Amino acid sequence: MLSTIFAILFYLATAVLVVGLVYRIQLYARTPAPLKIPTTPAPVTRPGVVLRMFREVAFFESLFKSNKWTWLFGWIFHAAMLLVVLRHLRYFTEPVWFWVNWIQPIGKYAGFAMLAGLAALWGRRFLVERVRYISAPSDHLMLMLLIGIAASGLMMKYVVHTDIVALKAFTLGLVHFNWQPLPADPVLLVHLSLVLILMFIFPVSKLLHAPGVFFSPSRNQVDNSRDKRHPAPWVTALETDNSRTGGE
Amino acid sequence: MKMADYETIQINTLFEIPRLNPGVMKDSSPYVAAAVHQEALGFPGELVDDWQARAIEKFGELLKKSRALRVYLDGCVKCGACTDKCHYFLGTGDPKNMPVARQDLLRKIYRRYFTFAGKYFPKLVGAEDLTKDVLDEWYSYFHQCSQCRRCSVYCPYGIDTAEISMAAREIMDHIGKGQKYCNEILGKVHKIGNNLGLPEKALINTLEDLEEDIEDETGVQVRIPVNEKGADILLVTPSADFFAEPHIDGLIGYAKVFHAAGVSWTVSSYASEAANFAMFIGSQEQMKMLTDRIRKAAEDLGVKRIIFGECGHAWRVAYSFMNTLSGPFDFLDPNYPVPQHICEFTWDLIQKGKLNLDKSANDHMTLTFHDSCNVARGSRMGDTPGGQFEIPRAIIRAVCNNFVDMAADTIGEATFCCGGGGGLLTDDLMEIRTKGASPRMTALQEVIEEQGVTHMAAICAICKTQFAKVMPAYGIGMDRIVSLHQLVSNAIILDGQEGSGPVADAEETENVATV
Repeated sequence: MLSTIFAILFYLATAVLVVGLVYRIQLYARTPAPLKIPTTPAPVTRPGVVLRMFREVAFFESLFKSNKWTWLFGWIFHAAMLLVVLRHLRYFTEPVWFWVNWIQPIGKYAGFAMLAGLAALWGRRFLVERVRYISAPSDHLMLMLLIGIAASGLMMKYVVHTDIVALKAFTLGLVHFNWQPLPADPVLLVHLSLVLILMFIFPVSKLLHAPGVFFSPSRNQVDNSRDKRHPAPWVTALETDNSRTGGE
Repeated sequence: MKMADYETIQINTLFEIPRLNPGVMKDSSPYVAAAVHQEALGFPGELVDDWQARAIEKFGELLKKSRALRVYLDGCVKCGACTDKCHYFLGTGDPKNMPVARQDLLRKIYRRYFTFAGKYFPKLVGAEDLTKDVLDEWYSYFHQCSQCRRCSVYCPYGIDTAEISMAAREIMDHIGKGQKYCNEILGKVHKIGNNLGLPEKALINTLEDLEEDIEDETGVQVRIPVNEKGADILLVTPSADFFAEPHIDGLIGYAKVFHAAGVSWTVSSYASEAANFAMFIGSQEQMKMLTDRIRKAAEDLGVKRIIFGECGHAWRVAYSFMNTLSGPFDFLDPNYPVPQHICEFTWDLIQKGKLNLDKSANDHMTLTFHDSCNVARGSRMGDTPGGQFEIPRAIIRAVCNNFVDMAADTIGEATFCCGGGGGLLTDDLMEIRTKGASPRMTALQEVIEEQGVTHMAAICAICKTQFAKVMPAYGIGMDRIVSLHQLVSNAIILDGQEGSGPVADAEETENVATV
C-alpha cells in the first residue's frame, strides 16, 4: 500500500515537474525580448555571452560583486547540492556509472556543506534587517524544506541507516516500471515526502530562478545593437503593414 | 518649505547602510498628469472607473510582450543582493526603496493575478489584491526609481528594476494616472520637436547668439548650423544644451571640435531633442515616435552620419534601441557606426592628432568624472566593452592635467545615479532627488577633501541639471559641475584663434607638445 502510494506520487511529481518546467521554459522562450537591454559592459560576441552566463551560473559572478557572505553561503549550498544530487544517481543506476562512483567520497560529506550553507542563508533572513524585511513566509518555508531534506538524508547516512539495498530496488523498480516494496522507515519516508513536495512546487515557485537565469535579457544578450539590427516583433509587424500598403 | 528638512544634509561615510525607516518616503510622489497632457499621448485623461480591470488587462498584455518582465517577476529568490545598492534607499532608509521591495510592489500583484501560488495561497507568497492603496504605493515608489540599473549589476539573475518600474508606469499611464513632468514634456516633443518647446525661429536665434559669443571669445567664426541640407553630420543633442548651464559650454565644445575637424554638420529643428522621456514611462510606441523624428530629419537633410551630444538616457536609446525602433539606417555612410557619440568623435580626432590642445587651459581645475548610469550600464562607446568608461576619461586626460577618479565602487559599472534620472528631474520631487544624490555626493566630497578635486565633469544633461541643483545642499557650489566638452572647449586652440582659452595659464604651455 505504502509502496504503491509513493510510487504513484513519484510518477505524478515527475510529470508535474517536467510538464511544468517545459511549459514555463517555452513561455520564456516564446515571449519576445523586443529591445536590447544587456547590462553593460556586456560581451560583444555570442561566445562572450556564453562565457558570461557560465561565470554567472557556475560561480555566481554578480552575487560575488554584491555581497561576499551571501555569495559564500549561496555558492556552498548550490555546489554541495549539485554533488549530493549527482551522488544520488547511484540509487537510480545499475551498474552505477563510473563517474558517480568518483563523486561518492566527496558527495558523502557534501550534505553537511549543503546543510551549513542553508542554515547560514536562513540565519540571514532573521539577522539582517533588510533581508528580514523582504522575506515572505514562502521564503522561510523553502529553506525549511531544503533543510529538512538535507537533514533527513544525513540522518540516514550517519545515524539511523535505512535498508539501502531495498530502497535501491524500489527506485530501480520505479525506473523500470517494475514496482518493488519501499522500506517503511520513518526517516526515509520523511526524506522522500519532502523531496516530493519540492518536485511539486518547483514549477510554481521561485525555484524558477534556475531556468529563468538563462532567459534573462540583461545577461544573455550580445552588446551589438549598432552592428546588427535586433528585431522587435511589433516593429516588424508595422513595417510589413507599411510595405503592404505601399509605405508611408 | 520642505527645503529646510534637507538643506543641511549630513554626508554619510561611504557604505554606511541605513537602518530601515518604513514609510518615510511614502508621500513623495510627483504631480499627476492633467487630462490635456495624458490625452495628447493617447492615454485616458484621468483615472478610469474600471481602473483595476484595465490595469490587470494591461499587465497581462505587457507580460506577453516582454520576456524580461516575465522572467524578472518569476525569478527573484529574495537573496537580498540588491537591498543596499539603490541610491534612493541609501539616501532615505525607506525599505520600499530597496530594489527587491520596489519590484515586489508589482510582483505581489503579478503573483495574485497571474500565478498558481498567488491565486490559491496568496498569504504564503506575499500576493495581494490590486487596491487603491497599492496603486498609491506604485505611484510613489515607482517614481522613486531612476531606472539606473545599478541593482541589475549585482543581481545573480540580472533582474533589472528599471524594466519593472517602466512596466508599472506604462500600466499607470493606461489607466489614467500618468506623471505630469514626463507626459507634458513628451507632448512638447511630438508637437514642436524638443523638450523645451523651443520653436525653430527661437532655436536659430539662440544659436546665432552663441556663434557671436564664440567669435567674441576666440576671434574665430565657428558655425552652429540649423537645418542645413547636405551637411555630413546631424548632431542630435539634448535641448538643455541650447540654453542651460553648464550644458551650453558643452555645445560650444562640440561646435569647436566640428570646426577644428573641418566637417560640415547641422542640428535639426524637427529633431532638436536627443532626450527620449518615452523610455522613462516605458512606452516603446512613444519612444519610436521620437526616434522616427531623428530618422526623418536625417533623411530630409541628407546627412551621412548621426552624432549624439552629451545625454545619458538619450545615448542608451540611441545606442541600444534606435536601430531596432527606426532602423535600418542603411541610407547613412556605412563607414561609421550609427549613431556615434560625440565623445567617440572627439576621441578619434585626438588620437589622430587633429586637435590642437592646450591642456594648461584647464589647470585651474582638478577634475573627476561622473559616469552617467545609462551610459555606464545601458550602452557602450568604441569597440570594446567598457569603452564608455575609458573614452570620456581618455578625453579628459588629453585636455586636462589634473584628473582623479572617485572611489572605485562608485564609478564605472558601479556608478551611482545623480539622483535625478528616470523622469525624476522635477521640482515636485526635490526631496527624493536631494536624498538620492547622497552616495554620489559622499564620493565626491571624499575626493574634494583628499585629492583637492575642484570640479566634476559629466556627459549627461540630466546629471548636469541635477547636480547644479542639489550640490548646494551638500555644501558644494553649483558651478562645480562641468560639461566634458566644456573642458575640450577650454583646451582647444582653433586656427587663427587669438590667445588661448578663456582662463589661460601662461606658465604651463609646454604640455601642448605632449598631447
